Amino acid sequence: MAILVVAEHDNTHLSDATHKTVTAAAKMGGDVDILVAGENAGDVAAQAAQVGGVRVVLHADGSALAKQLAEAMQALIVPLMDGYDAVLAPATTNGKNFLPRIAAALDVMQISEIVSVEAADTFVRPIYAGNAMQTVKSKDKIKVITVRPTAFEAAKSGGSASVKSIDAPAGPFKSAFVSEELTKSDRPELTAAKIVISGGRGMGSGENFAMIERIADKLGAAVGASRAAVDAGFVPNDYQVGQTGKVVAPELYIAVGISGAIQHLAGMKDSKVIVAINKDEDAPIFQVADYGLVADLFKALPELEEAL
Amino acid sequence: MKVLVPVKRVIDYNVKARVKPDGSGVDLANVKMSMNPFGEIAVEEAVRLKEKGTISEIVVVSIGPTQAQETIRTALAMGADRGILIETDQTVEPLSVAKLLKAVVDEEKPDMAILGKQAIDDDANQTGQMLSALLDWPQGTFASELEVGEGKAKITREIDGGLQTLEVELPAVITTDLRLNEPRYASLPNIMKAKRKPIDMKKPEDYGINIEARLEQITVAEPPKREAGVIVETVADLVDKLKNEAGVI
Repeated sequence: MAILVVAEHDNTHLSDATHKTVTAAAKMGGDVDILVAGENAGDVAAQAAQVGGVRVVLHADGSALAKQLAEAMQALIVPLMDGYDAVLAPATTNGKNFLPRIAAALDVMQISEIVSVEAADTFVRPIYAGNAMQTVKSKDKIKVITVRPTAFEAAKSGGSASVKSIDAPAGPFKSAFVSEELTKSDRPELTAAKIVISGGRGMGSGENFAMIERIADKLGAAVGASRAAVDAGFVPNDYQVGQTGKVVAPELYIAVGISGAIQHLAGMKDSKVIVAINKDEDAPIFQVADYGLVADLFKALPELEEAL
Repeated sequence: MKVLVPVKRVIDYNVKARVKPDGSGVDLANVKMSMNPFGEIAVEEAVRLKEKGTISEIVVVSIGPTQAQETIRTALAMGADRGILIETDQTVEPLSVAKLLKAVVDEEKPDMAILGKQAIDDDANQTGQMLSALLDWPQGTFASELEVGEGKAKITREIDGGLQTLEVELPAVITTDLRLNEPRYASLPNIMKAKRKPIDMKKPEDYGINIEARLEQITVAEPPKREAGVIVETVADLVDKLKNEAGVI
């Protein structure tokens, strides 16, 4: 069995989500190769070659792959699948964007966001916002799978795979990249952080998030938010934790002014320790919190900052 | 221009799904069902495009049981023009949904398909991307802004690092994210009017599409339960517990 893992990267750094996807692939058994598709992404290919247990790194480099747009990824990956039994990508917005397109082109039903590998053809995945765990067995010849990174350990480094250059598709394609507006932050990435502190509607305004940010900086934490806080425009969309936002599973998750809707819980309930700060003692968030503090956040947050 | 808007009838957004004790699935008997929230956003976006004069016709399509007619009626009340229900009691996987939608596109020849990025029941996030592959159309997924121009569309997408803007040639498939718009509530006169709008009743066989499942469901189980912990009285207590009991800071 040969498995292809599609690397998540920004043309400079290989994302940790890739290492976790390699772990999921290794659990299926067989040879694991990594595909690095990008533009001037030689550094990423070199990093991928060091991931433990990887056989070969395929490196396709070209301007059409700079942003891994779905149409170009389809043109690149579908022909490669003659040599593979499975293709896996992290369930990031990127992987979720291109992989179903490849599945349909291969006439395969994708298995989305797996959290466990039971056998080479059998997987567990959350449905209904994580309120149910579905075990499915794929009857397709080729398996097309997105992997929830927080559910797997990162593959260790120490590999020395060979890097093989392959042709990038030339295009033209019917979609074109125009621009990007990326949130700049010195804090850890939300899905990889050991500590996450999130604010909800109770924060009242974007300015008040500064209280959360100061605590985050003291703890080396990432900052997240509930959908309500994002919809209200307090913080950008990429802060959203939940069913359709980011899924996090840090050592410590601190929910501030978040009531705990089903959709938010779906994105954080696998955190090791959960703290809830909310003035409403009946808020559902307290039902999943290890430590609850019923308090006005405008008093509690400055005290917390002081105490750290 | 004509737009196709596929919508799905799912468990209501506010209802917590309960796993059946025999592990055969989620109990949907006597549970409130509604239009998938991302589908509502898709309908709203199409209606706004029609109000702006960008498009002239909105065709809503749903695949599901007889009751999915209600879901289509909701879309018609919001401002869609007519509906198509492809009736089946089987579970239809995203790949089969995409194949059926492609057959509808081949008949209807719309300039765009706008649909939700994900249904809140199976959380698959696949149908739009699959439909674009089958049609060989470009895709603009997870849209938070859509600008339709002459023969092309500009889409701002919600991605992990922030926002990305793409330009796609039409026809194209667009999938909606939460911030694209806030769907309207249908007014009573519009609900009445919607009752007179036509819904075409079809079956998967009418399109000659095999909807047999590729994934065999082995079981559906409860997720690991979290127990509620303790309530601490003060911030000092909290910090003490995090340091000395949990050891996480």
